[in-house]
Amino acid sequence: MSTDETGQGGPAAPNSARHPHGQGRDLVQLVTPTGERISHPEFDYWVRDVTDEQLCSLYEDMTVIRRIDVEATALQRQGELGLWPPLLGQEAAQIGSGRALRTDDFVFSSYRENGVAYCRGVDLTDILRVWRGTASSGWDPYTINMATPQIIIGAQTLHATGYAMGIQNDGADSVAVTYFGDGATSEGDVNEAMVFAASFQVPVVFFCTNNHWAISEPVRLQSHIQLADRAAGFGIPSLRVDGNDVLAVMAATRVALDRARRGGGPTFIEAVSYRMGPHTTADDPTRYRDANELEDWAARDPISRIAALLERKGLLSAELQQDVKDKADAVAREMRTGCTTMPDPEPLDVFKNVYSTPNSWLDRQQDHYARYLATFGDPAGAVSEEGAR
Amino acid sequence: MTQMTFARAINAGLRKSLENDPKVVLMGEDIGTLGGVFRVTDGLQKDFGTHRVVDTPLAESAIVGTAVGLAYRGYRPVVEIQFDGFIYPAFDQIVSQVAKLHYRTRGAVKMPITIRVPFGGGIGSPEHHSESPEAYFTHTSGLRVVTVSSPQDAYTVIQQAISCDDPVLYFEPKRRYHDKGDVDESLDHAAPVPMGQARVLTQGTDVTLVAYGPLVKTALDAASAAADEGVSIEVIDLRSLAPVDYETIVASVRRTGHLVITHEAAQSGGLGAEVAASITERCFYHLEAAPVRVTGFDIPYPYSKLEMHHLPGLDRILDGVDRALGRPNSLSGLEG
Repeated sequence: MSTDETGQGGPAAPNSARHPHGQGRDLVQLVTPTGERISHPEFDYWVRDVTDEQLCSLYEDMTVIRRIDVEATALQRQGELGLWPPLLGQEAAQIGSGRALRTDDFVFSSYRENGVAYCRGVDLTDILRVWRGTASSGWDPYTINMATPQIIIGAQTLHATGYAMGIQNDGADSVAVTYFGDGATSEGDVNEAMVFAASFQVPVVFFCTNNHWAISEPVRLQSHIQLADRAAGFGIPSLRVDGNDVLAVMAATRVALDRARRGGGPTFIEAVSYRMGPHTTADDPTRYRDANELEDWAARDPISRIAALLERKGLLSAELQQDVKDKADAVAREMRTGCTTMPDPEPLDVFKNVYSTPNSWLDRQQDHYARYLATFGDPAGAVSEEGAR
Repeated sequence: MTQMTFARAINAGLRKSLENDPKVVLMGEDIGTLGGVFRVTDGLQKDFGTHRVVDTPLAESAIVGTAVGLAYRGYRPVVEIQFDGFIYPAFDQIVSQVAKLHYRTRGAVKMPITIRVPFGGGIGSPEHHSESPEAYFTHTSGLRVVTVSSPQDAYTVIQQAISCDDPVLYFEPKRRYHDKGDVDESLDHAAPVPMGQARVLTQGTDVTLVAYGPLVKTALDAASAAADEGVSIEVIDLRSLAPVDYETIVASVRRTGHLVITHEAAQSGGLGAEVAASITERCFYHLEAAPVRVTGFDIPYPYSKLEMHHLPGLDRILDGVDRALGRPNSLSGLEG
């Protein structure tokens, strides 16, 4: 293993000299893995207003979303959810960036950004609807200015770019922010989005969480150069930040947002982090990755890091830790109740909202299916495996 | 009434939509300064500016994908795919995003996107410039698919498509771009015939002939030639390919007892198959013979010297009519 203390590394490939994910450009870092606040000539400015109280609340948010993740994983194991994509290890990347956004900014994310959704004020039950199978989207995107999460890898980067074209047309100073992973950088849509964003100089932030794994494929399979360095080819400025350092992530996001608001166009952020859990609850990472690698990254855990910073500053009181634990437990309880009491949709709901205006084909199919259902005493009988006729 | 070509009529309809709704934005390759390779958007960028008539980089998935983002923001994007054969890079965005977002968001996010696609053959082009990909999209729920067959329809239906809150694929019969017709410019998106309705173009008693887009003209010519032989053809212009207005076809077939469907697209899994199956289900006891399809072959679109063999022409359509009516035809004596 040739990982290093600054979180730049990853597993060494046999020919690691050709794979610069562990070398090259320095990561922006403001807090070391042992919790030491180190000064940075450029980025200190962007977190100069972060008070002790706000540091504590960042710690709280990160702890809460980890608790949400644990609870959702448990709900999946108990059969209450069909699937869950854990964000374990990516708390700093999501909270640091999510907390930097304004209400009128608009987020286009992948399915793993539940921590960002939490920052946007999402109803916790809504996070679970997709994974319980009661809806294809948990929330109305306009209530929290966050699009329905995207499962098609990278497709949302184009939506963000188009939304930013709209912002530019409207003369507004809000920003579209799109989240995607290291695997997505290989998708055509992500590359096309960067072409369009650069060409039109629209206010969009490309936030790439390099968690080192796209299911079983390591990042070195996606790219032979650092992901952040790809942006230069599009004429887009980029930042490479320690994704497990919540302050550094917040600073980098603020730099990018500020540029976008002032008409400076897009920015690409590579937040270097690590997916400490499986891709989803259906995945088994022991089939493709080394346990030592996980250990290395556990030593750089983002929550331990901010806790260590608070400790050094004398802020990590027993009271704070208890309050945060109580909050996290309360959120988990609320989420569990929301999940298990979520009503099942009605059978004919499958026909709803395919179109916004009537469609003669679909109206006829719905009518025929309603007649069919009516031949059963209990509509559930119509879909029983054994048959109910 | 003003005489204008298809291309000019679409241009006038786009202009009217741009005037009536500040949220209408046009995007595509070469649509601005050049006015489009077919000049359909001629002069619009000059009059409405580069922010409303946008020349984009060459990336079809991005053209449609950014339109999705604009729709999220409350815009009503009208995108041009330069040629039918160039739409496939955008297929994922159309099928997985444009078509499904209203459903996925339980109606919260509308996708009022119009995707203009010049389609069909007959202009002597090289490959990828003459395709008829409509069935890929009629198979995708969430999309509306329309074609036009006259300058008047071209003018009104483009406005109806743009004002529709659902996504619409608007297929333009490119070999008819220069055909002229009368256009009543007072008709706008509120025109009396809705976008989704089929239209009976000639009344007939012997056979119902369903056509759309570029083949409507061919079908009308066939009906006129058949009349000379004493065969009365009722020509229906389908206009909307998704959803199909079956009521109009059913009413016709119940009178004529015979159905012929024609399109340039390949036969297998095509719209003709869908219409034939649906009409057979609904009109079995009124049909006096099996429905007949006169379509392009199940081949890649051929090189231009042979394209007129692939495209259904007047005589192939009449041969299909003869088959439907049990008159002597090219397949007489063959079983099945």
